[in-house]
Amino acid sequence: MMLHAERVAVELDGSRVVEDVGFELDDGEWLGLIGPNGAGKTTLLRAVAGLVPYAGSIRIQGDEVASLGRREAARKVAVVPQIPVIPPDTTVLEYVVLGRTPHLRYSGSPGPRDVVAARSALARLDGAHLVDRRLGSLSGGERQRAVLARAVAQDATLLLLDEPTSALDVGAQQQVLELVAALRADGSITVLSAMHDLTHAGQYADRLLLLDGGREQASGAPHEVLTEQLIARHFGASIRVIRDEESGIAVVPLRPRVESGQPVP
Amino acid sequence: MATARALRARLSARPERALRGVSAGWALAAGAFVVVSTLLGLALGPVDLGLGAVTREVLSHVPFLGVSSPFSGTEDAILWELRAPRVALGLLVGAMLASAGAAYQGVFRNPLADPYLLGAAAGAGLGATIVIAYDPGGGLDLRPIAAFAGAVLGVGIAYLLGRSVGGSATTTLILAGVTVAAFLTAVQTYVQQQSAETVQEVYSWILGQLETSGWSDVLILLPYVAVSTAVLLWHRRLLDVLAVGDDEAASLGVPVARVRLAVVAAATLGTAAAVAFSGLIAFVGIIVPHAVRLMAGTSYRVVLPLSLAFGGGFLVLMDLVARTVVAPAQLPIGVVTAFLGAPFFAVVLRSTRGVGP
Repeated sequence: MMLHAERVAVELDGSRVVEDVGFELDDGEWLGLIGPNGAGKTTLLRAVAGLVPYAGSIRIQGDEVASLGRREAARKVAVVPQIPVIPPDTTVLEYVVLGRTPHLRYSGSPGPRDVVAARSALARLDGAHLVDRRLGSLSGGERQRAVLARAVAQDATLLLLDEPTSALDVGAQQQVLELVAALRADGSITVLSAMHDLTHAGQYADRLLLLDGGREQASGAPHEVLTEQLIARHFGASIRVIRDEESGIAVVPLRPRVESGQPVP
Repeated sequence: MATARALRARLSARPERALRGVSAGWALAAGAFVVVSTLLGLALGPVDLGLGAVTREVLSHVPFLGVSSPFSGTEDAILWELRAPRVALGLLVGAMLASAGAAYQGVFRNPLADPYLLGAAAGAGLGATIVIAYDPGGGLDLRPIAAFAGAVLGVGIAYLLGRSVGGSATTTLILAGVTVAAFLTAVQTYVQQQSAETVQEVYSWILGQLETSGWSDVLILLPYVAVSTAVLLWHRRLLDVLAVGDDEAASLGVPVARVRLAVVAAATLGTAAAVAFSGLIAFVGIIVPHAVRLMAGTSYRVVLPLSLAFGGGFLVLMDLVARTVVAPAQLPIGVVTAFLGAPFFAVVLRSTRGVGP
């Protein structure tokens, strides 16, 4: 068991943002968190990473996250934030080497082994050619590759992704998600990700957890969670779910029915 | 500057080398800069001792070289009792202000942060003004002690205020610093206006000077600068991690609040000690680290050590100008750092533009 979360609640500035959420993640699994804006997805991820205090229990490989030191937690959990801070003058290699931080002493410097780890992380993400580039000169997709490589270099078994494709075009979105799927292929990395694209959520995650108002509304296999009723209720969206033999599931938004020439608000 | 561009290109072509910190070339350049500015600072002044003679005199103190001193007793006294302490003070103050500036910029992720950011200058100014206004010509020079206490007090209040407000740590702390600085400056101005006859003296203290009462000042300042720059250098890699923001740094396992407290405390204590003897020398804490960044790279493992060396040498050269251009009178060194530093920095800025992203 990679992750066991039970009755998790998070309070931010006096208001409950996450309430009574529980789930489990097996080694090598990919769980997608979906839900409308403000549903509590990011906050739940931050709680799992030990970045916000929480009530209840979150155990990673048996250890309670809140009782882990910062460095220990960072060795188990790597985070790819929704909007990473990008120091533009830093080279990709320097940036990816930052992922080695939890493996260095307080004032230690990265050694040759850390550089090797960073290079191989980049290679796993098809980014070996980017090493010398400065972050400021990268395209969105290349940049996301560098951020993922930093997380991989961290050598953590649990990878948290917060809407990793939100700023990318559709091609780059697919590439990034395929790279994550490939990272997971040998079973050494477990993924928990917040996803805003429901089609991608359905196609890439093994299971989905639907959050709304900080509470769990549904969970299960993609076809159980991505239903027209649930999406209408929690997103206020008209959609159609198309099941395709080859690629699985697709969620297609529909324009609400037009009556007397006026769009329905 | 073609050389700067070429150097940067070389740096980025060898990322592994950049990861190791200061390159051999830059270490050599920094060392040479310090040695040359020190020798110039010792040799030149109202009495020209001669560069060659000063070098021989310095070498004559190195055993087994067999170099004999060319100096008479007077020249010897000018060199070792007047100039050498002043040059040493310049090295210490410049190194301290430049490295503290670099550290502040890193820890607050703000390119305009300087060593005085959190109210250190206003506090030191108030402390010194009170002494000058109420105890003019007192037997014991209380100015350094009062300036030091004022600087530590200013930053201390700003830090406590920022913490009690909470919120986004860096912005709140900067706002608290601005608030405290405004208040302390108001008090300082009031005290200054109360005793009109000392306005001139207060003003020249605020613009900075490197006049010493000899080696004792240097020896008092030395441990502060040594400890605080050691702490800053100790944190240089962690400052690189902080460049990705508090949240991501925390997710990489860095105890962000502790690192920030340690760096701010060290930079502040060192700055307070430096301004106690030098007054408020402006601009060094901003232009030296930025010039280093533009020429040698942005990693704090490069910026901090090089700022230390170039800051020290730079201030010695500026002091040389301050005491020679209108000799026998002296210009406040803060005026010189801004007057010569600003155009120099403009040149660096223009010539390296377009190299980065």
